[in-house]
Amino acid sequence: MSDLGHVLVLAGGLSPEREVSLRSGARLRDALCEIGVDADIADADADLIPAITTDPPSAIFPAIHGASGEDGSIQEVLTLLGVPYVGAPPDACRFAFDKPVAKAIARSAGLATPPSVTLPREIFHDLGAAAVLDRITVTLSLPLFVKPARGGSALGASRVGRAEDLPGAMISCFAYGDTALIEHCMPGTEVAVGVIDLGSGPEALPAVEIRPLSGSYDYAARYTPGQTEFHVPARLSRAEAQAAASAAVTAHRALGLRDLSRTDLIVCGGEVFFLEANVAPGLTETSTLPMALEAAGRSLGTVCRDLLSQAAARGT
Amino acid sequence: MLTEPARLGHADHNGRAAPTPAETGDAAHPASHGSLVDAHAGRYAARAAGMVASEIRALFAVAARPEIVSLAGGMPYITALPLDAVGEMAGQLVAQRGPVALQYGSAQGDPALREGICEVMELEGIHAHPDEVVVTVGSQQALDLISRIFVDPGDVILAEGPSYVGALGTFTSYQARVVHVPMDDDGLIPAALEECIARLASQRQRVKFLYTVPSFHNPAGVTLSAERRAEVLRICQRADLLIVEDNPYGLLGFDGEPQRALYADDPHSVVYLGSFSKTIAPGLRVGWAVAPPGIRDKLVLAAEAAVLCHSSLAQLMIGEYLANQPWREQVKVFRELYRERRDTMVEALSAVMPEGCRWTRPAGGFYVWLQLPPGLDAKLMLPRAISSRVAYVPGTGFYADGTGADYLRLSYCFPEPARIREGVRRLAEVVGAEAEICATFGAMSRAGGGPAGASPADLTGPAGGFTQP
Repeated sequence: MSDLGHVLVLAGGLSPEREVSLRSGARLRDALCEIGVDADIADADADLIPAITTDPPSAIFPAIHGASGEDGSIQEVLTLLGVPYVGAPPDACRFAFDKPVAKAIARSAGLATPPSVTLPREIFHDLGAAAVLDRITVTLSLPLFVKPARGGSALGASRVGRAEDLPGAMISCFAYGDTALIEHCMPGTEVAVGVIDLGSGPEALPAVEIRPLSGSYDYAARYTPGQTEFHVPARLSRAEAQAAASAAVTAHRALGLRDLSRTDLIVCGGEVFFLEANVAPGLTETSTLPMALEAAGRSLGTVCRDLLSQAAARGT
Repeated sequence: MLTEPARLGHADHNGRAAPTPAETGDAAHPASHGSLVDAHAGRYAARAAGMVASEIRALFAVAARPEIVSLAGGMPYITALPLDAVGEMAGQLVAQRGPVALQYGSAQGDPALREGICEVMELEGIHAHPDEVVVTVGSQQALDLISRIFVDPGDVILAEGPSYVGALGTFTSYQARVVHVPMDDDGLIPAALEECIARLASQRQRVKFLYTVPSFHNPAGVTLSAERRAEVLRICQRADLLIVEDNPYGLLGFDGEPQRALYADDPHSVVYLGSFSKTIAPGLRVGWAVAPPGIRDKLVLAAEAAVLCHSSLAQLMIGEYLANQPWREQVKVFRELYRERRDTMVEALSAVMPEGCRWTRPAGGFYVWLQLPPGLDAKLMLPRAISSRVAYVPGTGFYADGTGADYLRLSYCFPEPARIREGVRRLAEVVGAEAEICATFGAMSRAGGGPAGASPADLTGPAGGFTQP
């Protein structure tokens, strides 16, 4: 057994990404157990705090996706409980989880991001949806990408190629949250770049290129094996690959992230555009971070064990 | 671990014409090969194409948590069973009849159980011989077997609109084309059935059977009236059309005696499907089919090919339960319990639902079918409901043609009355908030429709109609 002691993988939660999180958590727990780590899974429910206080783990690996897992809530509670955990501290989670905020921070750090607007639902009600949407369409130009300002797994997100489809996309988006981020949909190669920091500074993993067979990287394309073609490393030029790696590390630093993250980018005409950063990247069989680790010659279990050890040594 | 990647070369699935840097020699890395993660991706049958992860399933994974008031699932309230007595019975069964209970059996099913089934069906006017009965793994397997022996790809199956989602899934997995026949408060509309049969005949469409849930319909909650039963039988006889009568809720009526089954009046052209899932326990997975001899023989052979035989233990448990437990009284207990929950749900809906909602008042079974105010889409609204900690089933799942977006199914069978009231209260708030969003965007969205599957057809709603009580 590892000298790390008992660790907990947090998975589940009550966001729509619960199922994905359970799969991520199970895979991580198995990877840790395979290399001798004493790892268990726990859900973020009423049993969690009694379990932690009764038998405090050496460290916790939050693998809860979506709200509570990525918006800093769980991290805040773990800090209150004085339990070391892997990943970004609460403030950084809050910045990263809020896509418009993350874009603004990324821009301040010198990264390009697709042109966008962020608006709450009330503004459409108060000013008239038609007028606001018309202006958005003219200013950003089609195609657009509409997504909830907070959330993941493309839930509530849609690509809009025709102006008449925009209202429906807004209704779908607002079912997941009260604020919408509407971006110009950049053409180009979609890549995900994992970043890990095992003590010697953040390091980018090989970029993973994502090519959904349907053309849309929606929920089905993300979580159904066979629906998306992944290229690891991404088929980028040397300069593009370096720019993508650099952008991911820049975003990781600028957002104040820690241990690991995944940044989603579009590479277009040699230029790299920041889309969003994730503090609890998916670890399912169709998730890109484990693919990138494998391409880098690292194992998921070993890296995550080292991150847990690092967190345990760091304390809270 | 990742599966062995499928090697795809550089096939461009997104229609991008430009060569990749790898192909132009400017790559950072040697040319990488794409992986679809699933090494068998190219081998699946065409009918597996629709078997993909979905947002709705993701949301239902949350709905199963106790924090959510789930008005979605149709789970019987098993806690009301005399579990101690059932447990004791199961123990004795294994101890005393283990060599039979744990052995293979026949594909047609245990003879003693089939006698018991005939006794149960007498309550609905069916006088069948045990030889006419085929035991199945829940009535769901009967649907599969019937599809297996009757449906060629492209064949038409008529079904009520809406129809049971599990049947639609089975029919479409056999590549049937389901054509819906509208319903109203008295069930399937005979004139619409007649018109539909004539239309399909004029189009030379091959209709294999009418699938119907005549009593306490899932999801619509309505029951085919006695007059209409006779009429539907007449229409199908005239058209030489087989009827598949799915009747899992028949004994769970809240008023008076059970309705007479269609099969009781025409055993030559009706296949009757029954189930113990709602009257005893779904975990035992025991249902049955009663069919004319030719069909019965094929069902037995199809069952043999599918499962060899059914669980002997589960069959003997049901047989023992019917023989030695007061099952008629237990059904009464369920009826009273579900009646109270139906009353609770309908009263709560009347008290809090926003204007513009309509719903059925079921006289039995598990479900209320609710129509949202114009413009609302139950599937698009579901994430908001889950965030508000209440769940339901969106209506589109009960139609094979993409309609039903403005409907949702509520079940009252499992939650305690206080939870039902709380769930309906939360739902009312969700509908109110969604109506506000639709008032903002809805009128504009008619032309397009949402990206989550709401095509223009989704917004038109099904034909037929139900009235608010």
